[in-house]
Amino acid sequence: MDFIIGHYNYWVAIILMMAGFYTIISRGNLVKKIVGLNIFQVSVFLLYISLGTVHGGVAPIIAEGVERYSNPLPHVLILTAIVVGVATTALGLALVVRIKESYGTIEEDEIHDRDHSL
Amino acid sequence: MMQEHTSFLLVVLPLIFAPITAVLPRGRLPWLATLIVTLTCAVLAGMQLLAVIDGGVISYELGGWAPPWGIEYRIDALNAFMALIVAVIAVITLPYALLSVEKEIPEHQTPLFYSAFLLCLTGLLGITQTGDIFNLFVFLEISSLSSYALISTGRKRQAQTSAYQYLVMGTIGATFFLIGVGLIYSVTGTLNMMDLAARLPEVADQRTTHTGFAFIMIGFALKLAMFPLHLWLPNAYTYAPSVITVFLAATATKVAVYVMLRVLFTVFPADFVSATPTDELFILSGLAGILITSVYAAYQTNVKRLLAYSSVAQIGYMVLGIGLASTLSVTASIVHLFNHALMKGALFMAVGAIIYRIGGCHIDEIRGLGRHMPWTFGAIVIGGLSLIGVPGTAGFISKWYLVVAALEQQMWLVVAVILAGSLIAVVYVGKVLEALYFKSPADDMPAVKEAPLLLLVPTWALVLANVYFGLDTDFSVGMAGRAVEALGVSAK
Repeated sequence: MDFIIGHYNYWVAIILMMAGFYTIISRGNLVKKIVGLNIFQVSVFLLYISLGTVHGGVAPIIAEGVERYSNPLPHVLILTAIVVGVATTALGLALVVRIKESYGTIEEDEIHDRDHSL
Repeated sequence: MMQEHTSFLLVVLPLIFAPITAVLPRGRLPWLATLIVTLTCAVLAGMQLLAVIDGGVISYELGGWAPPWGIEYRIDALNAFMALIVAVIAVITLPYALLSVEKEIPEHQTPLFYSAFLLCLTGLLGITQTGDIFNLFVFLEISSLSSYALISTGRKRQAQTSAYQYLVMGTIGATFFLIGVGLIYSVTGTLNMMDLAARLPEVADQRTTHTGFAFIMIGFALKLAMFPLHLWLPNAYTYAPSVITVFLAATATKVAVYVMLRVLFTVFPADFVSATPTDELFILSGLAGILITSVYAAYQTNVKRLLAYSSVAQIGYMVLGIGLASTLSVTASIVHLFNHALMKGALFMAVGAIIYRIGGCHIDEIRGLGRHMPWTFGAIVIGGLSLIGVPGTAGFISKWYLVVAALEQQMWLVVAVILAGSLIAVVYVGKVLEALYFKSPADDMPAVKEAPLLLLVPTWALVLANVYFGLDTDFSVGMAGRAVEALGVSAK
């Protein structure tokens, strides 16, 4: 029980990761796929932030009388990864807009039909 | 002063010029700016290679922060060699790009197109330079995001769907890599590759290390289109503009192979890797990839897609070389990486020249075209021979080394598959040549002129390089040997 509760942020990360991954694989709607991709990436951000925690540590800002700080490095890394994630989402959605313009649909199977019925 | 900052300039020059190129007026100015930047990069990469060729190592501390806290660019013979390949291919691609891009990309998009090209170059060069594994992830995403955008500029609407498909799979790969890096960081507390190499042996038997290792491997296997994770590649290469196909086929997967080598041989300790089934899986994936995707290639009717499938098969050879994990086989892998950049560069350029003239490259459209475009046809013949691995061409050298490496370990099956792969290559190359030369052209086909000189010269530069490096292997094999020394592959 302790194992489950003590690691609950990791469990959340894993559940989100699988939910996102499943959405990418199972959904035919291109926007939903991007949403899945986003959830998948966010789960990794959570994983990183959890890794930075130090037991009994406080936010890494120097203060008097505090000796334990959480590790700020994973947080900084994740800032970079968030930027990358935003860029990926933006590009992905831009592509979806273009696909909608040239195919008139954003459903994967309909796109497939339109390419092969010619 | 220049000497000292070479490695940093290589990354920062294209990065600074990318936004500048984007705001340049339409016309040929963006192209010229890109050409100058890539030329400078190639010269810098050459200088850098000369500086480390004798086994030296350049360590560049970004912002003066000492490693392992700061980001370090650590250049040895392997990095320098990779950077040179990327930069030189970019330089050869650009003269070709001028006309090809004018034809395939709407004029108002050209500044942005070249800007994205420079960003892609930044990312690829950055991956080769950096000694910090998280920094590597950032450069990976820079190069990937710009290549998704570049692929989507292809003329057919399928370019957009294949760019989207690549974006989804590429992001999954990169995120897997990120998870792996996070897990490794959590057990070692460092991101610097050399520091990781020093600290990983202590934690080698922890499950977190194993999980992290697996995530990194799968992530990069997706990026380098290792069979069976190659599904994004054929579409992306088929529908991308010709120039981008040439550039990505010759550099992007090669850089991913470099990362694989680096992670397997430098970062993770040798006994850790050999305790996992990595080598076996690599050999299996390589063998299956060579056979299955070669057969796929033989059934394609679009020449670009045929070559794309053949690229996956050729990646199989490199993966096989990594999997055999001896000094000789890894050398073979690196030589093949270099030679494959030359041959696929030449072939995709020649096919691009056909597309420039007739607007497509379906096997029925190109019937009899070899008679109208003799120089383009000649390039495909020699490039094809090199792809098959005929003696006297570059392709022979790397396959020879790979066969010798397999014989050394008495893996007869591997030898048989390498040879079978070459035989299937005869089939698919033969199919293209037959259509080009021996089939009579369709009656209503208008007279086609030879491709313009500006397309032919870069193509033939690569074709002649194929012949040159097939006869004189001092540079390619010598460099690969030094690179393997720098990697520290333990003899098996």
